[in-house]
Amino acid sequence: MSITVTLIIQGLAFLAVAWLVMRFGWPSIIGAIEERQKKIADGLAAADKGQKDLTEATQRADAIVREARDRAKQIEDQAARRSNEAIEAAKQSAQTEGARIVAAARDEAATETGRAREELRKEFGSMVVVGASRLLEREVDAKTHAQLLDKLAEEIARG
Amino acid sequence: MAAEGEAGGMTGYIKHHLQHLTAPVGDGPFMVLNIDSIFFKVLLAIIFLVVFLRASRRATSGVPGKLQCAVEMMIEGIDGIVKETFPAKTRFIAPLALTIFALVFLMNFMDMIPVDLLPAAAHAAGVPYLRVVPTADLSTTFGMAICVFILIQYYAIKHKGVVKFVGEMFTAPFHAHGAVGTILLAPANLLLRIIEELVRPLSLSLRLFGNMYAGELIFILIACMTLGGSFASGMTWAMAPMQFIAGFIWTAFHILVITLQAFIFMMLTVVYLSMAVQEH
Repeated sequence: MSITVTLIIQGLAFLAVAWLVMRFGWPSIIGAIEERQKKIADGLAAADKGQKDLTEATQRADAIVREARDRAKQIEDQAARRSNEAIEAAKQSAQTEGARIVAAARDEAATETGRAREELRKEFGSMVVVGASRLLEREVDAKTHAQLLDKLAEEIARG
Repeated sequence: MAAEGEAGGMTGYIKHHLQHLTAPVGDGPFMVLNIDSIFFKVLLAIIFLVVFLRASRRATSGVPGKLQCAVEMMIEGIDGIVKETFPAKTRFIAPLALTIFALVFLMNFMDMIPVDLLPAAAHAAGVPYLRVVPTADLSTTFGMAICVFILIQYYAIKHKGVVKFVGEMFTAPFHAHGAVGTILLAPANLLLRIIEELVRPLSLSLRLFGNMYAGELIFILIACMTLGGSFASGMTWAMAPMQFIAGFIWTAFHILVITLQAFIFMMLTVVYLSMAVQEH
């Protein structure tokens, strides 16, 4: 238990080890640690950025979807309105057409009735004339009594 | 149980255990090499370097392996301590601190190996004496402490310049106003400075040496419990469990001591070096 020359060798060995550690071991490990720290920091930053991008994209997608939905609704409304209008117009025209047809038919019927009545009256008038002439047994001058006969025929037609 | 069945009983056993394997290299008691201390220190240094340099060569900034993780943990811890403590920028202090911690810890750890195992093996191989704990050798701890002392002076001069370094020797810690006071206080300052500087390597080396020497001695004393006992003796059977319990407790406790001492040696070195570069 005494100090001997051993201490020089021990000291030198110690310094040599320290030098080797500094020269060959330390830098590469510290370098690796620092590089990894940088990588992790970059990764975290990238993750943050990705998260932000995702949020933005989601918002944009939402906006697009909302817009599309609005537009679809608009188109739907427009189509409904258009179809309503078309139906309304068709109804309108059908009614007009129907009314027209009915009116035409009524007109025709009235004309036909009038004509038939006229004819009937004429026929009846001539029959009356014929009957009267038979009754009087003489020729009724159609021309002279035309006015009278017409009046009569009219009365008959009315009656 | 001891392999060294020498005359002298317990005293002989203890003395034998505290005897270095030596080789004289000159005249006088100083010119002697403690072969065992040097051998184990160099062996442990090589083991440390192989593991450490391998880990560092394979160091990747990607996913680290388990060894790399362990080495990185130590390096980051020590790097943090040095950055916190040491005011100037340096490339050498942190590796130095790591070396101190690793080497001192490994050398202390030799104390964990059963106290008779390696000496008995060496005895069987024809080596008469062997002390396996290099830090229980004052030469080892003093050698490291002197290196630290030299480094302290080197860093002090490097960071302050020779003029300021020498000037501080005479003007600190007692600061005087005026030329007369300065001259009067100069001898006291110089004396205190010398004491302060010399106390550092002494306290560093003696603290580590004392702890390890005492630890080793207690292991030896525990081993003495059944020294020379035979299986026929009842005393042996009574003492063996006690020896086991005592050895177990002391080993467990010593794990703390060896780690703590390694850390203290490292930490004090860093602190001393930081103090050296700071202004007084």
